[in-house]
Amino acid sequence: MNQRGITKRIGAIRFAYMSPKEIRKLSATKIITPDTYDDDGFPIEMGLMDTHLGVIEPGLRCKTCGGRVDQCSGHFGHIELAMPVIHVGYVKEIKKLLRSTCSDCGHVLMEDEDRDHFVEEMKHLDRLGGDSLDMRKLAKEISKSARKNKVCPHCKTEQRKIMLDKPTTFREDNTKLTPKEVRARLERIPDRDLVPLGINPHVVRPEWMVLSVLLVPPVTVRPSITLESGDRSEDDLTHKLVDILRINQRLRENRDVGSPQLIVEDLWDLLQYHVNTYFDNQTSGIPPARHRSGRTLKTLIQRLKGKEGRFRQNLSGKRVNFSSRTVISPDPWLSINQVGVPDKAARELTVPLKVTPENIDYVKEMVSKGPEPTERGKYIAGANYIIRPDGRRIRVTEMNAETVAEKIEVGFTVERGLQDGDIVLFNRQPSLHRMSMMAHEVKIVPGKTFRLNLAVCPPYNADFDGDEMNLHVLQSEEARAEAKVIMRVQENILSPRFGGPIIGATQDHISGLFFLTYQNPLFSRREVVSLFSNIKTENFPPAVEIDGEKMWYGKEIFSHFLPDGLNQEFRASICETCEKCLKQECEHDAYVSIEDGYLKTGTIDENAVGAFKGEVVDKIARDMGTREARMFIDRITTIALGTITLRGFTTAISDEDLPNQAVQQMREILKKAADKVKGYAEAYRDGELEQMPGRDLKETLEVMAMKETGKARDTVGTIASKHLGLGNNFVVMAKTGARASMLNLTQMAGALGQQAIRGERPSRGYEERTLSHFERGSLGAEAKGFVQSCYKEGLKPVEYFFHSMAGREGLVDTAVRTSRSGYMQRRLIHAMEDLMVYNDGSVRNTGDTMIQFKFGEDGIDPMRSKKGDAVDINDILTELKAVKRGGGA
Amino acid sequence: MAKKDTIKALIRRGVDENTATKLADAGMTLGDVKSASVEELTGIVGDEEKAKGILDDVGRKKKSKKKKKKKKKTVFTIPDKIKDITGLAKELKEICDKKGYDLPRSLLEETAGKIEEEGIDEEDYELVLDLIQERFENRKIDPKESIGIVSAQSIGEPGTQMTMKTFHYAGVAEIGVTQGLPRMIEIVDARKVPSTPMMEVHLEDDIKKDRNMAKKIASELEVTRLIDIAEVELDITEMKVVIKPDKKKMKELDLQPKDIVKCLKKSRYVKGNLNIKGDHIFITQEEPKYALLHNDVEQAKNTKIKGLKGVKRAVIRDTGVEHILFTEGSNLQEVLKIDGVDITNTISNSPVEVYDVLGVEAARNAIIREARETLEEQGLDVDIRHIMLVADMMTNEGDIKAIGRHGVSGKKTSVLARAAFEITSTHLLRAAIVGEVDKLDGVAENIIVGQPITQGTGAVEVKYTPKK
Repeated sequence: MNQRGITKRIGAIRFAYMSPKEIRKLSATKIITPDTYDDDGFPIEMGLMDTHLGVIEPGLRCKTCGGRVDQCSGHFGHIELAMPVIHVGYVKEIKKLLRSTCSDCGHVLMEDEDRDHFVEEMKHLDRLGGDSLDMRKLAKEISKSARKNKVCPHCKTEQRKIMLDKPTTFREDNTKLTPKEVRARLERIPDRDLVPLGINPHVVRPEWMVLSVLLVPPVTVRPSITLESGDRSEDDLTHKLVDILRINQRLRENRDVGSPQLIVEDLWDLLQYHVNTYFDNQTSGIPPARHRSGRTLKTLIQRLKGKEGRFRQNLSGKRVNFSSRTVISPDPWLSINQVGVPDKAARELTVPLKVTPENIDYVKEMVSKGPEPTERGKYIAGANYIIRPDGRRIRVTEMNAETVAEKIEVGFTVERGLQDGDIVLFNRQPSLHRMSMMAHEVKIVPGKTFRLNLAVCPPYNADFDGDEMNLHVLQSEEARAEAKVIMRVQENILSPRFGGPIIGATQDHISGLFFLTYQNPLFSRREVVSLFSNIKTENFPPAVEIDGEKMWYGKEIFSHFLPDGLNQEFRASICETCEKCLKQECEHDAYVSIEDGYLKTGTIDENAVGAFKGEVVDKIARDMGTREARMFIDRITTIALGTITLRGFTTAISDEDLPNQAVQQMREILKKAADKVKGYAEAYRDGELEQMPGRDLKETLEVMAMKETGKARDTVGTIASKHLGLGNNFVVMAKTGARASMLNLTQMAGALGQQAIRGERPSRGYEERTLSHFERGSLGAEAKGFVQSCYKEGLKPVEYFFHSMAGREGLVDTAVRTSRSGYMQRRLIHAMEDLMVYNDGSVRNTGDTMIQFKFGEDGIDPMRSKKGDAVDINDILTELKAVKRGGGA
Repeated sequence: MAKKDTIKALIRRGVDENTATKLADAGMTLGDVKSASVEELTGIVGDEEKAKGILDDVGRKKKSKKKKKKKKKTVFTIPDKIKDITGLAKELKEICDKKGYDLPRSLLEETAGKIEEEGIDEEDYELVLDLIQERFENRKIDPKESIGIVSAQSIGEPGTQMTMKTFHYAGVAEIGVTQGLPRMIEIVDARKVPSTPMMEVHLEDDIKKDRNMAKKIASELEVTRLIDIAEVELDITEMKVVIKPDKKKMKELDLQPKDIVKCLKKSRYVKGNLNIKGDHIFITQEEPKYALLHNDVEQAKNTKIKGLKGVKRAVIRDTGVEHILFTEGSNLQEVLKIDGVDITNTISNSPVEVYDVLGVEAARNAIIREARETLEEQGLDVDIRHIMLVADMMTNEGDIKAIGRHGVSGKKTSVLARAAFEITSTHLLRAAIVGEVDKLDGVAENIIVGQPITQGTGAVEVKYTPKK
């Protein structure tokens, strides 16, 4: 480990090919017997489980290094192949080499000058910064041009055509080339002729691509498992190696006794097959090797490849310690910066604490209390382990706590449980953006769930229907400092995606603030005290005296939490977008104007404080600092919930009750629409429908029908909303942006409207009709999924069916979308992960290729921008006035 | 075989058999003959007059003539887009230069507009600029920020919120365009041809308000097949194909029967002799065979008479200010050659096509435009800077590269990073024989070997030198 603060870095990794010589040198033992264990269960010498290759059973010692199970990481062995075989991974390369070099003298099939010219070209490409892909392309071209020469320019031998029978057999004009012959030819290729063919002679000789020695991985790479029954189950690789050894042995015997050529060749092919599948069990053209049970074996390439392969499963993403996962639940009393950690988890997760002369007494006292101390029944942090400077860990238990505490000296490390204020990382999958993992402060809570403030749900995209989240405890001071400065929730209020707040009030918060501020209601002393009881504040907003009682205005209360110096004007979400905006005189109280931190007019709703949209949150976070923004969100959400609690808030099906006459009106409209569609359908049948430009008759009908039914639903919606105003709780939610929309209301109170599949009216099902309830060829509204009932009344069976069709489409859509967009994001991230802003403001990748001279053409951080604008001129002008006023005063 | 065909083709075009055989024996194909000079042909035929005659018959590829015409057209007079900074903005710029502020021009112009609107005193200009500069500085991006990831996430994350619904009617109701996630994927994939190619053709200033001109140009764009303007029938008794052009439609498209004959002659598939008699056109065969005639009918029906290849439909939309033509299917190269088309504003929705016709810079802008429109249409808010970065990444090497294993990702220098992405084994095997060196300076590589990455706080080191 990183001792005395020296950090070592791996500078580079060079890839190369192992020569047979190297393999033999590296090998701890030669392997000849296909058997693994003897009757007593001990590994057989020179078998696949030879203890020279390392040990996997406790108690045994490695014969090569003498280490025990966790000390020895294993050593390679080797198998001497009786006859050479071709490496499957390089058949294409071998083909290229054979085709572009002389079969007799081994020279590349071109004049020396040409070759040198190509080599020069390669060097030139390298100088120009060509990557391996460009090089490969060039090498391919060179090989192609070499292949054109049918006669070797060096020895004048005529070249015959070399074919590859997949996967590993070479033919030359129908005569088979044995691997031996192939190797002989490859051996003849001189080093200098390899360069133009894209092979680096310093790291590989082509004849090595025909294997004569096979490297055997250490046993630690292919551990065998002992089942409960006492039977051993070997790893897939071991199975494959056993196969290879068996055939190898038979081949050797047959060759040595001089068996018929046919038999030897068959065995040779079999050996080739086993070696092929040992490397890659998915090569096309050969059946995959199978386990006795019929399962295909997972051999070398399968271990590396794909999502479950070594690279993506174990190298790019790793399992970590000091982490935990549980269900989440909401807790409005927490700050957005906090996370509630259940005491059970807090005991288990630890923070290392270095013992110094300054804290030794404190640490000793903590350790002496044991691993699970409490104080008046409440959780306090205990210590789980102490670590001596030599790395020995001692577990602290109830029993040994005091003795262990005595032993603690400066330089020890104590692993203590979590306590309030510790910095941890909190994450919810899928981690689609950086706000999916933020740093929180720990707050120990009872129960078994993690808790978080509701305002941080949007960035995590979390809800509480059973969602689980992960928590990671940081282990170094440096990590904690960085997390606190750049990953804390309050630092992530503004999203870099669009330059607006992503954390803010949601749902009930918004309804609550609406009731606090809409039409500026009055609150009694009792109510205000109740509201403020949950907030730390030194003073109260000014009161007014009404009928001898002290009363407070809602807007006054809200203003109390606005920072001084805040000036803003915007339209609230409840804005009716009147033709002429009356601004401050708005009769709907929808024009928000804030002057010097005082809410003069307007209603606070989604457009003021909501996540994604909140103008006020946005401005505070950007101009007044993140701390101010956090406090603002914490406080207003608390007040909002207080208000909504005082008032009470509910919505029920009765909220959608409409006067009879309105219902009648709606029915009529829907009926009329259906009739109209029927009319269109008839006109269509009679060929009287006027065709729309660029459409055929049928499409015209569909478009007109969709338009008509859509219009009908809109009209129904308008009628419904005309009868239900802001006195209705459902409307309050929809209009303020807390939850749901007016469309939902329409569908509950009016009609569901036209159901669409792929944007069109349902058309398939029975012959020429959607359902057997209709006549063949019927094109009317009802027969094509126009639902005239509403949720409140209930749907007719046929309507229900159409509704289900549309519903199913939605489900399928979501399922397809997640996988597709996930892959797109993976590609994007992989393509761009190396880009970084350099000190000069340019964006470059790690190869130092310039991508942009200035990020985004102006070098502005989108997170700090105001919805993409570097500077909001209006703000500047307001500020100018303020400065001038200040200057004048 | 090829020779025979050549002879046949030549004969069909009115060259006598003898000469045709001669030409074919000389190893010429129809194309060669068309583009051959008189001298060349004289060499083969032995008679200058005859050679000229042949050329007239075959319809010489008007190489020289066409070229001139083309040249005249290809000299695009692109107006200077960058207008000089003027008025108040210029004044502000001067103040900035004096103070050493480097503010973007668009910002200065916006400021100028606002200043005029609000009527700010001249003496305050400096103060305004001071305030702007202060904010501008504060809002600059931090060095070492791993902006690539941020941008990738900013585009990937809203992907989950996009709809899969492929068809949506954008711009004009008549033309369906792929939208949402499939479209976004198409853009980053840099598909050669998008699933719904489209063009937005603007007209030159002097005719853009003229609906008739718009109609005329639309008819030039839209592919008109013979079947659209004429009846094509097979007269079995006479063993010939009869084409009866619709007079009204012909007039609308400004066509003459001989134009049709010209087009049919050009077609490789229509075999037989063409004659005009009155308003009708006949196709006859020397040896009338039903199968051949039938083939002629089918081929003739589908012969393109007018329009640009690939353009299925052109729809005119009147925005009040101008008439814009929207086309289904695209052929940017040819559209730009048409008179009356405003070449500076006409655009295709396929970045690859834009690249082929107008070059990388235009392609980059096309990517930005398309991606932005797709996101905006879905109501998703993504900062344009992120889209720019993706576009710049895709066009960085001078052509359009897809985001994915065949494009940008396959180009990475690090073996480990490539192996971790896709096609793991190939990359590792290749690396071994080329002797590749992974310098471990990217993100993925360092994660794999388990050391801190070199971006953000990993890019800087803090050193402490104790006082002695």
